[in-house]
Amino acid sequence: MIYEASLTAILVFASFVTVVLTLSFYLGRKAKSAKGYYAAHGGVHWFVNGVAFAGDYLSAASFLGICGMIAFYGYDGFLYSIGYLAGWVVALFVIAEPIKRLGRFTFADALDSRFNSRGIKLAAAVSTLVVSIFYLIPQMVGAGVLIKPLLGFSHRTGVLFVGVIVTLIVTTAGMVSTTWVQFIKGSMLVVFCAILTVAILAQGLTTQPMIAGKPVKLFRVAPAGEIIAVGDRLLDADGAWKDKPYVRRERIDGAGASSVEVWRKMDAAGTTLVETQVLTVKTQPDGSVAKFINGVPQGHGKGEADLLPVGNVYRLAGGKTETGPVGPFAYFREFQGAQVVTWGSEKIEETINTPGEPGPTKAETTIYFPTIAYGRDLLIPGSSPTFSKVRLKWPAPITSTNPAAVAAYEKAKTAYIYGKLDFISLMLALFCGTASLPHILIRYYTVKNQADARKSTVVGIASIGFFYILTLYLGLGAMTRGTLDVTNNNMSAPLLAKSFGELPFAIISAIAFTTVLGTVSGLIMAASGAVAHDIMENVLKRQWDDHAKVRAGKMAAIVVGVIAMALGIAFEKLNVSFLVGWAFNIAASANLPAIIMLLFWKGTTKQGITASIIVGMTTSLAWVLLSAEAYKYVYDKPVEDSIVPFSQPGIVTIPLAFAVLVVVSVMTRRKTA
Amino acid sequence: MTNPVPPPDEPSTLPSHHEDHPDNISRNSRNGLILFCIYFVFYAGFMLLSAFAPRSMGQTPFGGVNLAILYGMGLIVGALFLAAIYMYLCRPNGRRR
Repeated sequence: MIYEASLTAILVFASFVTVVLTLSFYLGRKAKSAKGYYAAHGGVHWFVNGVAFAGDYLSAASFLGICGMIAFYGYDGFLYSIGYLAGWVVALFVIAEPIKRLGRFTFADALDSRFNSRGIKLAAAVSTLVVSIFYLIPQMVGAGVLIKPLLGFSHRTGVLFVGVIVTLIVTTAGMVSTTWVQFIKGSMLVVFCAILTVAILAQGLTTQPMIAGKPVKLFRVAPAGEIIAVGDRLLDADGAWKDKPYVRRERIDGAGASSVEVWRKMDAAGTTLVETQVLTVKTQPDGSVAKFINGVPQGHGKGEADLLPVGNVYRLAGGKTETGPVGPFAYFREFQGAQVVTWGSEKIEETINTPGEPGPTKAETTIYFPTIAYGRDLLIPGSSPTFSKVRLKWPAPITSTNPAAVAAYEKAKTAYIYGKLDFISLMLALFCGTASLPHILIRYYTVKNQADARKSTVVGIASIGFFYILTLYLGLGAMTRGTLDVTNNNMSAPLLAKSFGELPFAIISAIAFTTVLGTVSGLIMAASGAVAHDIMENVLKRQWDDHAKVRAGKMAAIVVGVIAMALGIAFEKLNVSFLVGWAFNIAASANLPAIIMLLFWKGTTKQGITASIIVGMTTSLAWVLLSAEAYKYVYDKPVEDSIVPFSQPGIVTIPLAFAVLVVVSVMTRRKTA
Repeated sequence: MTNPVPPPDEPSTLPSHHEDHPDNISRNSRNGLILFCIYFVFYAGFMLLSAFAPRSMGQTPFGGVNLAILYGMGLIVGALFLAAIYMYLCRPNGRRR
């Protein structure tokens, strides 16, 4: 879809950014010492810190990614919500107080409190850097994705814009301004999403959604006989279209311009057809690119067309056309009883040779087609392509000894086992990862004492938990209110707000943008602490006064900011949602075993901790870089070449890091005793 | 180090209500571990049901809302509930004279 930047959106954006930057400069005058820069003087009120936890944690990936996943596929996005929230239980019950008690500015401080070992500091600093950068990539890419349609910037400009603002925030006042940016963002995000949810419930579900008072186009489902008339010009199903479930009809209007409608067969015989939307990208031999929608040039002018917003309830239980206002539970009951239109897509590539042209034209056609799903199917696990493997069944035993049948049986068994393991591994990584994320851990140093660390975690759990409950309503609202962009599920939440008007759209977009600012500034803080405080000051033993420490921290923040911008531009095409899951896997494998064993096992040695961090980090990193998803999205190579059995390493690498820690500690204990 | 932790075998010189007093530290970490284990059992149950019997999450035990939503929401609200219990157990001088 082509978006037009609206004046309202730009004004709301500009005022948000101005407020945030002014605040940052104002607070910046106070942060002159290292304790001020890295830990906001340790004097943040526990309630502010708790909400800032929410601002830090609810990243663009949580907000945009989860809402988008629920809006497109249903319940599966909510699995992430549950896992992300459950991780806070580990943070509160196991990690919070010791981290506060043992450390000063960074997670490496706490790990090293008993040993004073350079090895631990270096390993912990490197793992902080790796996790922060892995987490930064999706945030920066997300920023570009978000800002492109809203302000009309290119991806590159969008990323640079975000990068510069965030680096300014961090270098002016370090943790002080970062905390306030996160506090503002956290509270606005939760409050505004609550208002949206109330509005969704107040309007209930309807089979005819409206945008700005106008009914949304509903895509037709009809018997083939009603759609295809005698004398229609049908295109042959040859070449790349052979054996595909589509009927293509050419239309010539009064002025002689031609367009092509594509209908999808809803059953094998093609007795019922459904209307689709088609995007064709044609690349000429000279490299010029043109985009067409249903055969007409893409645009908003005369003789042009664009993809239409979609998503609606097909039928409600009891033949109603709308439910009217519903309660929070009745909303789910009505949804379970409804049939809902969801959208899928298929890509078809052709090479067209036109006589007289210097070379072939490449045409890439994406057909976006509606499917009618049962609400009750969309509200259980396994509704999305990512998690569909949890619905696999153990293959029925075979009696045949035919090698092909036996091979198929073995393959089905392997798919079943690895599918389940992959899912459990991800849920485990989400559970263990939260309490190992460096940018979350540093927030424990901004409060006065352990009691405040505990209280602020509880405030964090309350606001984050409340927000994650709302994601389910926001996602299902986006699915059924006729505003989805079939090409971009990350835009679902802002577009949902559009169904309530232009101003809510501008506000939610600006909030989503500050979401990126809050999380990215936290990550840059964590990474700059790892470089300046852990590596330069403690590993390389630079003798610095307080002033020089702050300057080093700010220099490190600028360098990390520049790296983040470069990666954000380089990885534009990357699918961002699973990168966050990977960051959790790496954090959990590298950091959690070290923290837990340090706290609960007296036999832990410094060599054990160092080895466990290094092994946990390298194995999980290597695993994700060799997984099928990396082959598909990062290297553009066939998935079959991947050498790891499933994509989420946590279930293997977390226990491995524990084992390494124990073995190395036992081996080195006598020497160090 | 700003807060040195005395080795556990030496008697602490901190006043008994101080949060770094070893009695307080061990009480809080024991409470935390118990609550963590309780929560983990529920989380593991959810994980295993979703992985091995996703269809069973479609039944509607009460209120007409399916188990997937009730269990998921329950895990979120339950985390807050256990957190409140933990706060209560860890209050200064709670359970210890």
